[in-house]
Amino acid sequence: MEVPILKQGRYLIATIQAALSDEDLLQFRRALLDRVIQFRSRGVVVDVTALDVMDSFATRTLRDITYMIRLRGADTVIVGIQPEVAFAMVQLGLTLEGVATALDLEEGLAHLEQRARSSS
Amino acid sequence: MPDDIRVLIRSNLDIVKARQEGRALAARTGFSATDVTLIATAISELARNIVSYARQGEIVLGVVESANAKGVTIISRDSGPGIRSIDDAMRDGYSTSGGLGLGLPGVRRLVDEFIIESVLGRGTVVRVTKWLR
Ligand SMILES: Nc1ncnc2c1ncn2[C@@H]1O[C@H](COP(=O)(O)OP(=O)(O)OP(=O)(O)O)[C@@H](O)[C@H]1O
Ligand SMILES: [Mg+2]
Repeated sequence: MEVPILKQGRYLIATIQAALSDEDLLQFRRALLDRVIQFRSRGVVVDVTALDVMDSFATRTLRDITYMIRLRGADTVIVGIQPEVAFAMVQLGLTLEGVATALDLEEGLAHLEQRARSSS
Repeated sequence: MPDDIRVLIRSNLDIVKARQEGRALAARTGFSATDVTLIATAISELARNIVSYARQGEIVLGVVESANAKGVTIISRDSGPGIRSIDDAMRDGYSTSGGLGLGLPGVRRLVDEFIIESVLGRGTVVRVTKWLR
């Protein structure tokens, strides 16, 4: 199950479209980092609306992705965490500390624009 | 029970399969979308522990019914190395693999009943129940 990654100007938009296995998640991490490097992207939106669960592995992987991309000087926003998924994450004790989140793609892009403005 | 669903866990792909089976069973049993996701998340953590520590095992899903209650049980069973200290393993942040150490204590918070038995060198069984309310 490959995650499509679209280039939109200086940003990348990755949309997870179905439940992902651990292998898929790691493959996604590699692919996204490659693209960030290739396109010298300034920001990334990861849309997780279609993810069925965010368990400890998925959370850790998304957090790692964000940190790695930050080392390239780019920002990442996770968008579309469903209410029931968010509820399960909190019960489990999972946090996305230091990771930006937004409601949807539009707000995610707005967040990246704002970050770009405030840092230039 | 005859209606139990048994999912062999041998790779990370089986984790997805187990939680999809669990999601479907929980929905059929009448759980809300929120509870269905809690159940799927618990299955994901238990199945991943099988893959990570025991390499293989099984997840058995079933419906339990008593006079005035209905629920879903998840049994995770493996013949792996077992857990040296269950007290440690049940603590938030304890991990022997560099994980977040939230799997087992987190699952306990997600469900209503939680029983874990483990024998070193013999394996681990976790049995959890979530009641419909
Ligand atoms: N089925 C099992 N067989 C053997 N050891 C296990 C098993 N399940 C858990 N453990 C042990 O218990 C510890 C705690 O498990 P737990 O799931 O809470 O955290 P984790 O797997 O280390 O990290 P996380 O689940 O947050 O990614 C594990 O690190 C491991 O040592
Ligand atoms: Mg675990």
